[in-house]
Amino acid sequence: MSDDNSIQGGDRFPRTRWSVIDAARSGDETERVRAMDTLCAAYWKPVYKYVRLRWNRPASDAQDLTQGFFVQLIERNLLEKFDLAKSHLRTYLRLCVDSFVMNEEKAAKRLKRGGNVSHIALDFAGAEEELGGATMDPASIPSPESLEDFFEKEWIRGLFELAVEDLRKHCEANERERTFRLFEEYDLAGDENISYDKLAAEYGIPVTDITNALSWARREFRRGALERLREICGSEEEFQREARAVFGWEAK
Amino acid sequence: MKSLSDKAIERLRTGAEEPDLAGTRYRLLERIARGGMGVVYAAEDEKLERRVALKVLDVPGTDGDLANRLMREARVLARLEHPGIVPVHDVGTLADGRVFYTMKFVEGQRLDKFIEGVESMQDRLRLFLRICEAAAFAHTRGVLHRDLKPANIMVGPFGEVLVMDWGLAKILRGEAASAVRGADPEATIVEKLKQTGEESDSTKSSVITGHGTVMGTPGYMSPEQARGEVEVLDARSDIFSLGALLRFILAQKTPAEFTPRLDRSLEAICAKATAEQRDSRYSAVQELGQDVSRYLDGLAVGAHRESIFEKAARFYRRYRFFILLILAYLAMRIILLLVLKR
Repeated sequence: MSDDNSIQGGDRFPRTRWSVIDAARSGDETERVRAMDTLCAAYWKPVYKYVRLRWNRPASDAQDLTQGFFVQLIERNLLEKFDLAKSHLRTYLRLCVDSFVMNEEKAAKRLKRGGNVSHIALDFAGAEEELGGATMDPASIPSPESLEDFFEKEWIRGLFELAVEDLRKHCEANERERTFRLFEEYDLAGDENISYDKLAAEYGIPVTDITNALSWARREFRRGALERLREICGSEEEFQREARAVFGWEAK
Repeated sequence: MKSLSDKAIERLRTGAEEPDLAGTRYRLLERIARGGMGVVYAAEDEKLERRVALKVLDVPGTDGDLANRLMREARVLARLEHPGIVPVHDVGTLADGRVFYTMKFVEGQRLDKFIEGVESMQDRLRLFLRICEAAAFAHTRGVLHRDLKPANIMVGPFGEVLVMDWGLAKILRGEAASAVRGADPEATIVEKLKQTGEESDSTKSSVITGHGTVMGTPGYMSPEQARGEVEVLDARSDIFSLGALLRFILAQKTPAEFTPRLDRSLEAICAKATAEQRDSRYSAVQELGQDVSRYLDGLAVGAHRESIFEKAARFYRRYRFFILLILAYLAMRIILLLVLKR
């Protein structure tokens, strides 16, 4: 029997870094920039899609508003007011977006927006393509409750995309490109008919190699997604709660 | 990169759930069940070449509430060595940071499924007595189970009964309390609730009350447990659950869809065990077990004061064979006398 103090296999999971919320509130400019980059990476897509659907804005307006929101988040220190005990970070940000868009509407009547807003480079074309299937008909805009679900779903999608991208880079750096291709084909392509046997035949390798490669890729993906998630959580407790929500562990 | 489809997200979620057993002596076999804290898998202990059940948390970290609870559950189990309590083999942290423990792999059925195939009332009661023995043993070690219900009882292929899921166990006192390190689940959660002012998702099934946090299963937990009166809980709380369990066992339909009508003595035993006021319940599980044993032996039970007719009926049931033998003998004698008189 192993002692519970001895960690089997070693604890490869990263310890808590300075959370993005603490970093964004800090006086250290480098930390603040890192925090904003992290937040922007995790949230810009859900924010953009949310503005398009919830506020029924055309693509060009939604792009300006998304960029403007993140600039304001930095300039006006909006995270200072965030209280971890009262809500999730994503709920707080969504409410900030609502408030920002409403204020912008009023301001637009007085002054044409965008005069002095610095822009952040974001792939709006890609986000727009993803929204391709979503209707822009105001009558079909979801209820406030389902909009919250929509925001959460898009946030999870964004988080997973970042983790997959991290995994791809990790595979490249470790000469495991084939592992990533297997992972793409089996877990990402959404092909119902794919099987380990088919992949083994396609790549000319034993099924056990497929099993091992996919197992490794999934572990790395999970580690990466949790690392990304930990960065944008304000406390260990929030991280545990969000991890259960992100991976659907509550629902099963 | 290309956007992830909903299907891909689901697949990623499923894949990410698998524990990383690298560096351990275990090999993953299959997922068995999901519990409140995490997932239970069947795994093979490659050193001893045997199948074990591996319970692992969802989320990494060794210092959270759930990690403390899982560690604590393993330590409680380690100190309850009894044939009716599932034995723990190992505890630790996986390479992916998740706390786990391994225990005996129990092949069999959950009580709620198993009982459907047990037709005889006597067999059902004997099964119940074995559950009582395990609970009584834990009580003598100062441990309350606090979640005794059909889903937490397994019955093996040879009729062996195992009480599972000690995640909500409460350490009452003395030796066990000092031996089992780690926070009491309730104490930890109540403290966190005070700090954050909100209910943690990990305690979603719990309800906050004026006294503490309610942990247990409605229908099986005692009124004092349901009120969250953590500090007053004692063996009588588990006795309430055992009473509810006995009622469940006796009320379950058999394959022939026959619902047995409860005898007054059994009804009285259930009623006494599940009394609203804990002072009116049995004071120890052994007392409850003795009453059930007395019923099985055809003796009067402590929970029910019999009328003269009930006493006679019980007497008849107990000595039916001898009574019938004597009656047959007397009948024969009368017939012989009548024949001889002619």
